[in-house]
Formats: sequence, structure tokens, C-alpha cells
Amino acid sequence: MNARAKAADRRASALFWGAALLVIAILAGIILYILVNGVPALSWAFLTQAPAKMGREGGVLPMIVGTLVLTVMAILIATPLGVGTAIYLTEYTREGPVTQIIRFGAESLAGIPSIIFGLFGFIFFVIELDLGWSILSGALTLAAMILPTIIRTAEESLRSVPVSFREISYALGASRWQTVTRAVLPTAMPGIVTGIVLALGRSIGETAAVIFTAGSSLRLPTSLFDPVRTLPVHFYILAREGISLQKAYATAAILVIAILLINFVAYYLLARFSARRGAVRR
Amino acid sequence: MAMTWQEKAIERLLFLIALSAVTVLILITVFIFRGGWPILAKVGVGKFVSGLKWAPSRGVFGILPMIAGSLWVTIGALIVGVPLGVACAVFLAEIAPPRVGAFVKPAIELLAGIPSVVYGFMGLVILVPFVRTVFGGPGFSVLAAAIVLGIMILPTVVSISYDAIRSVPRVYREGMYSLGATRWQTISMVILPAARSGILASVILGMGRAIGETMAVIMVAGNATLIPRSPLDPVRTLTSNIALEMGYAAGDHRTALFATGIVLFVIIAILNLIARRVLTGGVRR
Amino acid sequence: MAAIRQFRSSSAVRAGALALLVLFFIWSAAGCRARAPAGTGRSLTVAGSTSVQPFAEILAEDFYKKTGTNVNVQGGGSSAGAQAARSHVADIGTLSRELKPDEAAVLTEFVIAHDAIAIVVNPQNPVAALTTEQIRGIFSGTISDWSQVGGPQGPITVISREEGSGTRGAFDELLMGKAELTPRALVQDSNGSVKETVAQDPRAIGYISLGIVDARVKPVTVDGVTPSVETVLNKEYSLVRPFLFVTAGPPQGHVKEFIDYVLGPEGQKILRDEGLVPAGPTK
Repeated sequence: MNARAKAADRRASALFWGAALLVIAILAGIILYILVNGVPALSWAFLTQAPAKMGREGGVLPMIVGTLVLTVMAILIATPLGVGTAIYLTEYTREGPVTQIIRFGAESLAGIPSIIFGLFGFIFFVIELDLGWSILSGALTLAAMILPTIIRTAEESLRSVPVSFREISYALGASRWQTVTRAVLPTAMPGIVTGIVLALGRSIGETAAVIFTAGSSLRLPTSLFDPVRTLPVHFYILAREGISLQKAYATAAILVIAILLINFVAYYLLARFSARRGAVRR
Repeated sequence: MAMTWQEKAIERLLFLIALSAVTVLILITVFIFRGGWPILAKVGVGKFVSGLKWAPSRGVFGILPMIAGSLWVTIGALIVGVPLGVACAVFLAEIAPPRVGAFVKPAIELLAGIPSVVYGFMGLVILVPFVRTVFGGPGFSVLAAAIVLGIMILPTVVSISYDAIRSVPRVYREGMYSLGATRWQTISMVILPAARSGILASVILGMGRAIGETMAVIMVAGNATLIPRSPLDPVRTLTSNIALEMGYAAGDHRTALFATGIVLFVIIAILNLIARRVLTGGVRR
Repeated sequence: MAAIRQFRSSSAVRAGALALLVLFFIWSAAGCRARAPAGTGRSLTVAGSTSVQPFAEILAEDFYKKTGTNVNVQGGGSSAGAQAARSHVADIGTLSRELKPDEAAVLTEFVIAHDAIAIVVNPQNPVAALTTEQIRGIFSGTISDWSQVGGPQGPITVISREEGSGTRGAFDELLMGKAELTPRALVQDSNGSVKETVAQDPRAIGYISLGIVDARVKPVTVDGVTPSVETVLNKEYSLVRPFLFVTAGPPQGHVKEFIDYVLGPEGQKILRDEGLVPAGPTK
């Protein structure tokens, strides 16, 4: 090994370390900036009161409720569809033109930008189906957006269940559906749940699609047909229009904390899932 | 094993459920095209796509400045995000000690979870004034948008490049090391070339992500309807065009925005197809 | 195996979840068909101009305190507001410009206030007075440096609203006339964000609703006239546009209640306090 190559190697190493450090610094910078500016403005009142004067005063209770209801509903709609699709792809068919079409559909959906979903949700749910700007319109649109993620992670989890599980179940005389629900699904559940949690994280921050479908009303929603404002939409409006920078940071802080929590939960689940998988393989 | 009618019914139901993704895709395609086709028919696809002026209130619909805007901003994002992203992927795959890697990898994935409006806002309060005072111009610029988008596509580029690098067979590395090569020589001469197609796929997917980003770009790019001539010029992308004026638009204007959506949709579909071809082609090799 | 032990609970859980989902869909579908006609439901939807939005919000808050009726206020823009009223997506559409002839033919309009458009610059900018011609020149790009209008040397950053905005429509009609906005103009999507941008950039100029002008920006005099409630009332200041509530057909029920409230003394007082020029108690 000559000295020049060693020197180049050291320089390259430094560069790579630098790249990683830069990215970590950016991430930390963003999170710290939001938290440092936002947490001081957080209070129990902020979390439980409604906004007043367009958000200049008061809290963000309707937005928290809106965000929760919207994402939970989106998950409720997308999960049966996504898991059902994954079950069909792994347990009920062989690879062929049909599965390729289904997969093509799911993958293409994954690549569509959120503004197109917003346009679609607006013209289809809000106008065509006459649902208006509402939680329903928003949830249906969000569900369409997270469907590919759920399909992908559910399929991965189902495929990782050892074949022996199914073989034993069939050997015991169980039908296919019984095998799926009693032998395969329970084992794949942690992976599926992880996928759901990831989808949750992604849909919490969604803005463009939500504004066009769920509206931006400041009121606490009283029915599924009411419009609702989510936390990221509220943050966008507060920050852009300079209504209250302090409250904007506080709103963002809630979002960032929620995202951090969701990611930790997802990693914890993922770790348990792989550990379990590892144990089972033995 | 014979299937009871319940089993058959379940299979039918699951088949229908499995078609949901394709159904949604078809619905989106139909409604977006239906929404935008009238204006393309009226103005002509060529004129719409190559028209230099966008003035809907006067009935002038040309989206070339926005196409140029999307292009500039995306290329800028790639210049910022790809070297940084691939470097991080190499770091994670080849250089990082296991405990550091276990910390850095989730951290980069966390970047993907931060809402785009937060990125946009950070760009607005930090980057825009910075560009304005240091480089001149209004601050709202291709440069600001490129930096913000470059950071936003990092998770995509890193994770796909990482997978590509990891899947390079161990034999390649072992061969190089047994010849006495340094780590950098191994990386540059063998690993990166071998992972070439995966890295390319990550670039293309990052491109798709950058082109599709809306909120962050609206906040930092300035949204001027002219073809940018320098990185310091303000710019409007296809996505911003839709988002800015959609709420307000009616009649021909709204149709034109849907037509912008069609153009965007087609561009991204093509990008995704290319990415898939590159990815699967690479695996076969 | 642990998996088989769990079979009963997971299968039951899934069945239960599916049942809930089915019930939920039935409930929503029923709610769909039972959607009340405008004005009789428990909440009103008011959608349209983002200029009107903040004021409509404050009115809605007060109205809710007084009557318990929920009023949901949305943005979307003046044109969308007219559209929404027409297609019954909203109970009341709001606009910050005059109705176009085809809109006026099918909509009932109520003027709730008048609003002046203020031309604002950054407080650090020494320029305090401009003529209509100068403003037109700046926004069309023929004047591009502050030194040409008595300010320090430096390129002018023009900020405009997007196409379809009522504020922009009014600005185009009242001031620009035939002149076109320069394509170099930065475009922001609300009064507030124009104000914020002007507040941050010493070389910026923009136009916003007088009602939201505060210490962060400096309004310039137009042809010697300072924009204010007084100069609007005595017709000295000419950049004025109406804030409209529109409905498809004569309003009924809660919709009528709300409009009456807004046009009545309480609503008008709120609008006056917020910096708008009241329309007067009856129309």
C-alpha cells in the first residue's frame, strides 16, 4: 500500500464522515430550532383551547382533533384495503399478469405527488360526490395516498412468515382463510402494524392534499361532513401570514414531537418484529 | 383441497379489494385528464406546453416558464442532494462503525417524516434572507428552492443507494482487499460502479420526489412567472402553479390548472417507468 | 406455537373491526343522503376571498357566541367563493371584488364593507409617496430601480397576488388598467404573506388590504392621499373595493340570520373596529 493511496483514503473517509455529520447537523438544527422556539409557547391551555382571532390567540384544540380524526379515519379506510390486497397477493395467487397489474397500480400510486391527490380529491370527493370540504373528503384522499405504503409493508410482513406455518396449518386440515387469519396474520401483525405507524407518520404532515379536500375551517368539527384544519395547515397559515409566529412555532413543535414519538414507536416495533422473526426462524 | 363456497366468496372479495389500488389509479387518471383536457383541446397541447406567457385572466395559457422552473429547481435539488445522499449511503454501508450506523440511519429516515411545510418555513426564515443578503436578488430563488428540496430528497437517495451498495456481492470487496487496496480504492473503483444502476434509480426517484413537492417550494421560490436565467432568479414550478391558483380558479382557468396537473402527471409517470426499468435491469445484470 | 394460541382473539378482532367499518360506511352513506339543504343545518359554510376570510372569522366567532350556530369559514379566493355559492358547496360565498356579469345574474349580493387597497413598502424604505403612474410603472416593470422614484439605489422587488385573487383583480382593475404585471413579480398567496414578505425585504413593494396594515409595513400615499377609513369615506382615496357576501337565491334560515347579523349594528361595529369601512346597516 503506497502512501498516496493511504492519504487519499484518509481524505475520502473524512469527506464521508463530513457528509454524514452535515446531514445529522441539518436534522438536529431543524428539530432544535422548532422545539426551542415552540416549546416555551406550549401549555395545557394551548392544547385544549380553541383558537381566537384567527389563531392570534387561544390554542389549537380543533386542529389536534382534526389531525387525529383525519389520520385515524384514513388508516381505518386504507388498512383493510391494503392488508386485503397484500393477503390476496401473497396467499391467494401466483405471480402472473393479474398480480403484475395490481402491483403496477400500487407502485404507480406511490409515485403520484400529493398535489395531484389534492386535485383529484377536490374534483372527485368534494365536487363530484358532493361531500364538500369535509373530514370525509380529506380522509378518503389521505387513505388513497397511504394505501401503497400499507400494501408494501403488509406484503413484506406476510412474505416473511415462514412457509412452515402455512404447511402445518394445512396439514391440520385448516382452510386457506383459516390459515391466513389464524396462523399467518398474527405472526405478520407486528410488521403490518409498523407499516401502519409509518403511514400514520407520513399522513400527519400532509398539507397540500388536505387543504384542497378538508378545507381550513378553524371550528371544532361536529360531524364528518364538517371541514377541518389540521396542524400542518394551521402552521402554514399562521407562519406565512405572520398571524402569530410564536403560536406557529408551538404548532410546529407539537407536530415535530408527534413525529419523533411515532418514529420511535415504529422503530421499537420494527426491532421487536425482527427479533421475533429471528427467534422463530430457529 | 376442495374449496367451500365461503372460501370462494372470500377469495372473490379479496380479489376485489386487491383491485382497489388500481381502481384508485384509474379514477385519478380519468378525473385529472377529464378536468384538464378541454383546455388542451382548445389551446392545443403544443401551444400550452411551449407558451411563454401565463396570464389566465387574459386567456393566455402558456406553461413553459413553469416547466423550466420545475426543471431548474429539480436539477438544483439533485446537485445538492445526490452527492450528499450517495456519500451518506456509502458512509452507512462501508465506513460507519455499527453503533454510529444504527444512530445515523434512523436519523436520516426521520428527515423524511418532517412535514414539508416545516422545511418550507425554515427555508423562508433562514435561507431566503441568507440568499438575499449574501448573493443578492430577492432571496426567493431557484437556489433557495434547490437547497430545501435537496435536503428533502436525501432520505430517498440515501435509502435506495444504501440498498444498492449493500447488495454488491461481498466477493468484490474481499477481492479488492486481498489485493491490498485501500477502502477508498475499493469504494471508488469497484463498489460504486457495481451499484451504479441502483444509485441511478435513487437519483431518478429523488427527481420524481423533487418535481412533485409543492408546499416547501411555494414558500421559498418566489413564484414569478418567468423563465429563470440565474439561480438567484425567482421561479414558479408546475406544482406551485396548481397550488397557488387552484382555490381561486374557475372555468377555463381551473381547467388550465388541471391541464398543468396532466403535464406533471405524465412527466412523473415517465420518470417512474424509467426508474423501474433501471432498477430491474440492474438486478438482472 | 404462540401464533396458533392467538388465533381466536385475532380472528375475532378482525371480524369486529370489519363489522365496525361496514357500520361506519352505512352511517356515512345515510348521512350523505340526509344532508340538509342550505340554511337548516347546524353549521354554515362561508367560503371565498382570503381577504374577507379573517374578518368573516371574527364575525363567525362572535355569531357563535351569540347564537350557538357554527359558521365554518374557508379561503379559496373570490372566484372560488362565487363558484362555491353557485354550486351550493358553500352557503355563502365571499368576494373582495365586484361580481362579474355572469356571476351577478345568478347570485344575490350583499355588500358587507368597503376595503381600501394599500400600497405598502418596507418601513426602512424612505419612499413615502408615489403617483398612480409610478405605481403602474413599478408593477409593470418599466420602473425597476428605487432611485427612479426618489429612493436609494437598488432594484425593486415587486410582490403581487396570484391570478384569480379578488385583491389582485381589484388592483388590476383600479390601478393597472391595461398595463400587465411584470413576470418578474414575486407572487404570494394571501394578504398576510404579501405583508410578511414586504416586512422582511427592504426593497419590496406590494399591495394589501388596508384592514391588515400594521407597524410592520408602511403604506405610501397615492397621488398625495393617505389610505385610511376617512379618505375612503369621503371618496378621496380611490383604490377601494367591496367585500361581498353572495348566495344563490334569497337567503333563508341560519344563512339569513348570519347575513342580517353581519349587516346589522353589531357586525358592522366589528368590521369597523378591524379597520374596514362599514357598508351601513341596511342594504
